[in-house]
Amino acid sequence: MALDLMRRSASSTPAGSLSGPTTEVAKLIDISKCIGCKACQAACLEWNDLREEVGVNTGVYDNPHDLTENSWTLMRYSEVVADNGNLEWLIRKDGCMHCADPGCLKACPSPGAIVQYTNGIVDFVKENCIGCGYCVKGCPFNIPRISKADHKAYKCTLCSDRVNVGQGPACAKACPTQAITFGTKAAMIAQAQTRITDLKERGYKNAGLYDPPGVGGTHVMYVLQHADRPQIFAGLAKDPTISPLVDLWKGMLKPIAMVGIGLTALAGVFHYMTKGPNRVDAHDEEAAAREMRRKAS
Amino acid sequence: MSEKPENILDRYTTGARINHWINAALLIALALSGMAFFHPSLFFLTDLFGGGAMARILHPWMGVAVVLSFGGLFFRFVKFNFWTKEDTQWMKQVGDVVNAREDKLPEVGKYNAGQKLVFWGMVLTIIALITSGIVLWDQYFAQYFTIDQKRWAAVIHALAATGIIMIVVVHIYAAIWVKGTVRGMTRGSVTGGWAWRHHRKWLREEVSKGAK
Amino acid sequence: MTNLWMDIKNADVITIMGGNAAEAHPCGFKWVTEAKAHNKAKLIVVDPRFTRSAALADIFCPIRAGTDIAFLGGVIKYLLDNNKLQHEYVKAFTNASYIVKDGYGFEDGLFTGYNAEQRDYNRSSWDYEMGDDGFVKLDESMQHPRSVFQLMKKHYERYTPEMVERVCGSPKDKFLQICEVIATTSAPDKAMTSMYALGWTQHSKGSQNIRAMAVIQLLLGNIGMRGGGMNALRGHSNIQGLTDIGLMSNLIPGYLTLANEREPNYAEYMKTRQFKPMRPGQTSFWQNYGKFFVSFTKSMWGAAATKDNDFCYDWLPKLDVTYDVLRAFELMHQGRINGYFCQGFNPLMSFPNRKKIAGALAKLKYLVVIDPLQTETARFWENHGEHNDVNSASIQTEVFELPTTCFAEDEGSLTNSGRWLQWHWAGADAPWETKGDIDIMAELHLRLKALYQKEGGVFPDPILNLVWPYKDPKKPHPEEIAKEVNGYVLEDVPDPNDATKKLLTAGQQMPGFALLRDDGKTACGCWIYSGSWTPAGNQMARRDTADPENAGLAPRWAWSWPANRRILYNRASADLNGKPWGPSKKLIEWNGTTWTGLDVPDYGPANKPEAGVGPFIMNPEGTARLFTRGMMRDGPFPEHYEPFETPVGNPMHQKVVSNPVARVFRGDMEVFGTAKDFPYVATTYRLTEHFHFWSKHVQVNASLQPELFVELGEDLAKEKGIRNGDWMKVSSNRGSIKAKAVVTKRMMTLKCDGKVVHQVGIPIHWGFTGATKKGYGANMLTPYVGDANIETPEYKAFLVDVEKINVVS
Repeated sequence: MALDLMRRSASSTPAGSLSGPTTEVAKLIDISKCIGCKACQAACLEWNDLREEVGVNTGVYDNPHDLTENSWTLMRYSEVVADNGNLEWLIRKDGCMHCADPGCLKACPSPGAIVQYTNGIVDFVKENCIGCGYCVKGCPFNIPRISKADHKAYKCTLCSDRVNVGQGPACAKACPTQAITFGTKAAMIAQAQTRITDLKERGYKNAGLYDPPGVGGTHVMYVLQHADRPQIFAGLAKDPTISPLVDLWKGMLKPIAMVGIGLTALAGVFHYMTKGPNRVDAHDEEAAAREMRRKAS
Repeated sequence: MSEKPENILDRYTTGARINHWINAALLIALALSGMAFFHPSLFFLTDLFGGGAMARILHPWMGVAVVLSFGGLFFRFVKFNFWTKEDTQWMKQVGDVVNAREDKLPEVGKYNAGQKLVFWGMVLTIIALITSGIVLWDQYFAQYFTIDQKRWAAVIHALAATGIIMIVVVHIYAAIWVKGTVRGMTRGSVTGGWAWRHHRKWLREEVSKGAK
Repeated sequence: MTNLWMDIKNADVITIMGGNAAEAHPCGFKWVTEAKAHNKAKLIVVDPRFTRSAALADIFCPIRAGTDIAFLGGVIKYLLDNNKLQHEYVKAFTNASYIVKDGYGFEDGLFTGYNAEQRDYNRSSWDYEMGDDGFVKLDESMQHPRSVFQLMKKHYERYTPEMVERVCGSPKDKFLQICEVIATTSAPDKAMTSMYALGWTQHSKGSQNIRAMAVIQLLLGNIGMRGGGMNALRGHSNIQGLTDIGLMSNLIPGYLTLANEREPNYAEYMKTRQFKPMRPGQTSFWQNYGKFFVSFTKSMWGAAATKDNDFCYDWLPKLDVTYDVLRAFELMHQGRINGYFCQGFNPLMSFPNRKKIAGALAKLKYLVVIDPLQTETARFWENHGEHNDVNSASIQTEVFELPTTCFAEDEGSLTNSGRWLQWHWAGADAPWETKGDIDIMAELHLRLKALYQKEGGVFPDPILNLVWPYKDPKKPHPEEIAKEVNGYVLEDVPDPNDATKKLLTAGQQMPGFALLRDDGKTACGCWIYSGSWTPAGNQMARRDTADPENAGLAPRWAWSWPANRRILYNRASADLNGKPWGPSKKLIEWNGTTWTGLDVPDYGPANKPEAGVGPFIMNPEGTARLFTRGMMRDGPFPEHYEPFETPVGNPMHQKVVSNPVARVFRGDMEVFGTAKDFPYVATTYRLTEHFHFWSKHVQVNASLQPELFVELGEDLAKEKGIRNGDWMKVSSNRGSIKAKAVVTKRMMTLKCDGKVVHQVGIPIHWGFTGATKKGYGANMLTPYVGDANIETPEYKAFLVDVEKINVVS
């Protein structure tokens, strides 16, 4: 599967695939199978040759406490008392969702710093990144992190390097319970459906697939026991979209501003053409001289 | 020193002129680098600053610099920029302004209403830019603001930047249109005729000052 | 495990109790998720904490630490009362119908024969009534008042759901819901698997915890079944191998037992080992004990072991008492052991009552630590502030550290929980000056031997005559050892049916244990491993993933003991006529002439079903024991006793609170705490992010769980003014630790015997070496008492107090 580009940040012309349509891929994270073992976190660190600092305990199992430039994925633990009074420990693997309509890419000002492959993976291209942090503002899921060391943006690559050679992501490979699986998006949706059927049989009436249409769907999807309330899964966004502010900033505002500035300049040109320069003439100089003499006298 | 020709008036001190041109250079550099981040088609402008990352590093620092330099201009000129009744009248006769029928306008002091609007427009946009700019300045301030605040800041920054660029365009055009203006900021002086035509009240004030 | 990891996917019900598979065995836990996803299995988790396993459970029920038998006894009563039994199985495959001697009884918490002074039972009354024919008497109707079935019914009469709730704090409705789900597997074609680990063993009645579940599994007909079984999840990659190969002070390889002082000669020793069948026609496989024993001594001493010298029986040590770790450190503490070889473990952090352990190590003349990592034990003398506050100058122990290779740098086999011997190859070269454990042991042996040769000594023979046939004596190759363990033929054995042929040819590898001999013609290091390296080669290195009928057996992947049987007692998977109990439970069946099927029969392959040979071929009964006769020190039926430190006393019998026969050393009883001073129940455990004290040396793992914490419930936290992330102090009567507080809904407040009981959870992975933040060991707190049968320390239930502290960091 060649990694052809479908989109490229800050590039006016669309990137097209020479090899025709590519199958979309997806990672399915089945929270009902997740035991929160953090093997995915370790695998991510190992495969990408990253190291997270040894922090402290702050009263929760989440370590590190947030995504960082080194930790591109993180288990987030939520203790929730369900309607039937039973405690549920919902453990969500957080990380880039690889939106079909990526807010980061939309916000990125640097051509080719963020790309989307035809298979759906959204990738940051380090050498083109200028470290402005616009992707952070563009992302509806609060995922990218700017490195304090090289001031470049980092996030999950969906192991595009592995996928490119026919492997699944490192986290999926390491997951002991197959809570993380990887395949074509269609296959993952089908697999999710069987899981949802099973969950419904076990009494999770609102079990469902999280593939939010507000961002065009995602290439990382969740099976949620309570799909009606994604927020209880450590604040997973309900109906996420690219913020209207980002839409405005990176959408309408661009032409409006450029046209506004251009028109202002153009108005000057036309004014000059029609009215000509505003010159001081001899009468003015004489009048001025008179005035100055009068006072001086 | 050679004696000053008698129909020449000092308009700007050397300090004010240096201050102005530093400010002008910074604003242009900020506009160029800012536009590079704003519009993909203009990203090439980052090359003027040593590439995207360098432009990203320089832009906010230039912003800080412009606040300082504009502060200098502000304190130099604020006293000439208070709004007056004549300014309101001047604004009402904007048709005479654009048609250069200055004889029909009220006599203008050191600055006309348009220049005052440029001044206060700059004050407001620069405040907006530096405030929103700090919210956007992730390298030092990322942890102090929420992402939504940053999104608002991005929109405000873009709007304010558009505004200030438009103001600067008007400012530059006015200087080009009104002949004899530029020498005020280069040589520091204007001709009496220029003053008579455009800033008669100022001329009279200067003359009467000189008479004391 | 009676079964194997993969087989868990075949379960209809999975009960995780006394363990936390998701936490400690995440890779094996995949089979739980498989069973749930593809076999509609129900997962039950019973635990003092809402664990990572509980996160995926269909039903979770909290329980007070150390009250498992009360809970399981309640399940037994439920099954008996509601007639949820696999009747045919119980009748034919267990000793339910056997009649027990008159004189056996149980009253007020004690079985008959108790001697308070010796803290021991005279167990002679705990036995069957024997008939004149030399066999056990039985009553097939199971109505005889002294039948095992009726005695069991009577014994568990007290374990009502109300009593379960009173003792365990487990809500009655949850308990009954669980009983109902468990009971569904009494259907002949349904099975429950029991997954447990140290949550059951690390109690003063650990063995009986497991026994209680085994009784349930037998009543439900779940042993020998696909998706059933008693499945001990072993805590190290090769801890199963450790016990198999006999690395216990009272064992020799293959679960043969070391002789004791009352067995001065071989004949005496064999009297209590070669069990004769107790029912007609039964196999009683231990009749072959002598073959295994002699083959073992032949592999040790070769030609020096002869029939005339009882195959060197005299060269083996004879136990006066058992030398478990608790006793070893007790003796060290008394100054009676003064040199210690510590190979591949970290007692300073592991063994209970750290103060005592550190004191014991300081009394040694020398300590040899053989380990791939810097262990706290090797540095017990080094001052690390509050984390190891010792006065180095006062410690005279000389410490030798011999760095070894780690598993990835070794070749050899690992035996997993499912008894699979899996060969592995070195993935990396040994770094720096490290040596393999084998090489270190080899050199030690050769130097000792040289010393004995030079200087003689009191008893040089066992050392001087040890067989040492390795190509490079200083570096025995793992393959050489593996072949030796499998066994080989010393002298030709003619075929008894055809004198012109040879059954065994001298020099060849043994094909399996069935042909081992007690005449000295075969040698075998560990009889249960015989068959792992046959004339056909290294069976452990097989890597065929084929799994006929998707049964979860993968019979040609590696090799499992015994004889590559994947599921033990698999005869019990078929009914009395030899037909599988259900199509999805097919393992082996009688095809009219032989037993055949997916697995290797754990049974005589030619035994006709109608001959009535029991499936439990290791037992002289041929059946499984609901009533264990005198084989357990603390009773033939599991009975609830409180942990030695209990918050409520024993509601079932006030006078006999804790296990009446568990061994307690002088001085240790005095440092047990009481509920008055230490009102909260504590339990210890490990976390997924870490493996014991190893992974804290790994930066990645250290970053994933960097700092010692203690878990407590919201109610207790509120009471004590402790907030999430605060520093807190946890104290027992033996010491105290400081840790961060994790305040969680997952630690539920229980009500036991009318009293509110809070529980506190203490993970074990921190120390003063490695990449994590320094932290205390849970063994600062744990009590020095072990299981009555096997002396596994009671790490899982003790009493503590907690308080908030302010730490300036």
